[in-house]
Formats: sequence, C-alpha cells, structure tokens
Amino acid sequence: MIITKQKDEKELTEMLQPFKKIFIIGCGSCATSCQTGGEKQVAEMKEKYRDKVIGTAMVDEPCDLRLNRRDLKEHKVTIKEADAVLVMSCGSGVQTVGDYTNKIVLPALESLFIGETERLGHFTETCQACGECVLDETGGVCPVTKCSKGLLNGPCGGQVKGKCEVGKYENDCAWVNIWKRLKEQNRLELFTTFRPPRDYSKKTLTTKVEF
Amino acid sequence: MNIQRPAYSKLVKELRSGKFVLTGELEPEKVTGLEEIMTSARAMKPYVIAANVTDNPLAFAYMNSLVPSYLVEKEVGLETVYQMTIRDRNRLALVSDVLAASHLGIKNVLAISGDHTVLGDNKGAKSVYDLDSAQFVYLLHKMIDEGVDLAGNEIHGKVGLNVGIAANPNADPLEPEILKIGRKTKLGADFIQTQTVFDIDTTKAFLKEVEKFNCPVLVGIFPLKSYGIADFFDKNIPGVHVPPELLEKMKKAKDETNKEKKYRLYDDVNIEFFAPFIKEIRKTTKASGIHVMAVLYERILEPLLKEMN
Repeated sequence: MIITKQKDEKELTEMLQPFKKIFIIGCGSCATSCQTGGEKQVAEMKEKYRDKVIGTAMVDEPCDLRLNRRDLKEHKVTIKEADAVLVMSCGSGVQTVGDYTNKIVLPALESLFIGETERLGHFTETCQACGECVLDETGGVCPVTKCSKGLLNGPCGGQVKGKCEVGKYENDCAWVNIWKRLKEQNRLELFTTFRPPRDYSKKTLTTKVEF
Repeated sequence: MNIQRPAYSKLVKELRSGKFVLTGELEPEKVTGLEEIMTSARAMKPYVIAANVTDNPLAFAYMNSLVPSYLVEKEVGLETVYQMTIRDRNRLALVSDVLAASHLGIKNVLAISGDHTVLGDNKGAKSVYDLDSAQFVYLLHKMIDEGVDLAGNEIHGKVGLNVGIAANPNADPLEPEILKIGRKTKLGADFIQTQTVFDIDTTKAFLKEVEKFNCPVLVGIFPLKSYGIADFFDKNIPGVHVPPELLEKMKKAKDETNKEKKYRLYDDVNIEFFAPFIKEIRKTTKASGIHVMAVLYERILEPLLKEMN
C-alpha cells in the first residue's frame, strides 16, 4: 500500500489561495486505509474550504485511468467548471487524475512510502520498488528499504545492540534482523554471500511496462 | 585472504613482515589551510609507519582527504592511508578518486561506509551509497588486480594500492559483524583496522574471531586529549563508551588549574590506561599493530611507545 499523510494545513491553504472553484477527489483505496483521503476526509476537506468547493467525488483507485473514466463520468460538467482539482491520494493518483481531467491538479497529501500496515494509523516502509528484489536471499527483510544506507552487504559499523545509528537507535538494524531470520531458517550461508553492485540503469530505464 | 596481491605500501610490507606497527590519524577539518595537519604529521612521523587521513568523519563536510594525503607524503615523507567513504561518492567518483590517488602515489586506501549524513553537519544532504563498502572493496580489487572498472572498462596504467577495511569489535551482536568481515576479506582486503576499543576482553574476543581470516589487524585506540573530548566521544560515537573510571580520572585532571600540570595529568591518565592495554594486545593476541587516533595529541605517542616497549 502507498502510505500518505495530509499536507500541512498552512501549506494547503496557500496552495489553494489562487483558486476560487475547487473540485475534490478522494481515493477509495490506499488513502482510505490510511484515513487521509477516504470519504470522511473528503467531507472534512469540503467543510474546511466550503467557500471554494463546488463538488466532490470518490474514485475507487485514482491511479487507474479506467476507474477515473468510470467514477468521474457523472461529474464531468462540475469538474470542467472548477479552476483546479484537489486530489486526496498519492502522487500517482494526482497525476492520473490530471491526465484524465486535463485540469490543474493539486496534491492534498504527501506520499510517504510503500508500506506495511501494523495496525490502524501505524505503518512501516517495506519496499522501494527497486526492480531487483533480493528478499529470497535476505530472509524476507528488505535491505534496500530497511537499511538506512541501503547496503546489500551489511551491517555497517553504525549498529548498536541491533539498533541503527540513524534515528537515535530507535529503529532496528535491518542487517541484524536479516542475520536473525537467516539464522532461524538455518540459511546463514546466504548472509555471507557477496551481493554485487546493483544495476541502476535497469530502474532508470524502466518507467513504462507493457505486458 | 583469498586474493594475495603485492605489498605496494610500506605499511602492508611491515604488516606482512610480522612487525608490530603503529599508525596515526590526521583529520582535515573545515579549513582551507593545511598547516595544522602538516605540523601533526611531522610530530607523529618518528613514531608511526603511516597515518590515516580521514574523509568527512561523522559526516561533517571537511576538506577532502586526497589532497592532504598527497601533501603529507610529499612534504613530510609520511605514508598515508587515504580514507574513502562510499557515502559521498557514486562508482564514477570512486573510480575517479582512486585513479587520481594512484597518480599521486598514494599506496593505501581504507574503504569505509562513513557515518550517515543525518549525523553530520549538513543533515539535509542526500547520501549516495551507490555501492556499499564490500562492493567498493570489490571495485578496488577489479581496478588493482584486473586493471578494469566495475563495467569492465580498461584502465590505462597501473593501480598499485593496498586495501584496508574497517571493523567494529564493539558490535553487539558480534556474529553478523564477523560474518561481514569474512565476506569482505575474501574480496581482497590487505588489512583490517578497527573502530576504537577500550575494553580488553571485547578486543581479545574479537581478535580471536577474526584470526581465521588470516588478515592483519590494527586495533584502534583513542587516547583522550582532554575531558571535553572524552565526554564528547563517550556520548557521540556509535557503540563506543569510555570506561567510567577513565572518564572520572580525566574529569579530575580537568580541575587542575595549572595548564602544564593539567596536560601532564591527562598524559599520565592515558599512559596508565593505554600502555598496559597495548602490551596485553601485543603479548596475548595476533594483532599486527595499533592504530592510534590521537588527533592533535601527538605528544602522547613518544611516552606511549616508550611504555609499550
């Protein structure tokens, strides 16, 4: 899931300031789960900027062009009338809504990371979509994401009692966790395997896929 | 060690000859002049076989380490260990700097990760970490032993360097650290240099564990120039704590009002702690020497060496 948080209110107010008529679009997927862009938050946003808001709509997944077409069909006229569309989803949703509506799109949220939901409102970053997954070798713990240096051959000298020097020793050292998992699984030979440098050109050149 | 390369540097020649050696440390700071570094280098030259030149330690943006490494060798005649972090350079910049170091006659590189930028004095900086330190050792192996870069592009001319890696005997848990060192020595490390240690039992246990890698180890110590430095070190260096009794003795010395007397007291406290420490390492372990991180505290080297012998 893409984890989001609401933008700072002052920043949002400044962003909306030049526009008189705003249409709000919420996300029925990740931002609903994050409680940042679901129906309730869309209603709250409408109330907060009631002088400007001329309409609202929910799109099941604003990052899907087909669902924009389906869910925004009945709002076409109102959206056309708006000066800008405020999208309460991740950056991917904002851009897709822009592609569909051809309007000025404004992000209401900050996209934080791809993450795991521990419980309501508690999320942890788990994946950076690096395009070269090594989870089979690292006991299901991602070093690219969870090691603050993204090391493929850790740990570094910055771990103390299994905690990372980044974040004042509150976060786990990913490589100590990888070592623990592989040890439990009796697969420590994978820990000592040297992982060669990543080929970043693969990621750079992969901006579009067609299956 | 699986890759046996020639001893290009004096340091590695000495390490391989079985001598117990001392190395020192120089720290270029946020300066445009090198007078202080040169003075320190001259002061430590009679006592050390080589000096590390640090590379933006604790992620503070300082003068680069290559220029002082070169100038210390040229003007003082003291061999240097050019520290290179992968925090600030991608693989292109690493290759560039290694080629430049080769041209300048540098013979030792210490390949390290470097403290994260969020610990430094420009916290908003983007860390690079294109490679990790093991992959950097692999890159150095490619450049030195095969004459190519990571992509296999040929290097015109010889890269004649020896490679050091860092290790942390204080790591807790220690096992992943030991496994990591094993992984790195296989890739072509000529020596291991440890993080600062104060605890003799921790150090001995670590040295025992790394014996199997058959790679010379320099044990890092940090003589404490003043109480202020001791206190900063205790609070800010990951995983390293100054023993409370040593910190207490430094604190007592700090209260001496006569400057000369105070310095002597500081020296006495250090010698009383480190001389038996070094003797014990030398007598009971297979360590190849001591890396003395006495930055701007070179006057401790002579009495320490005297006591040590």
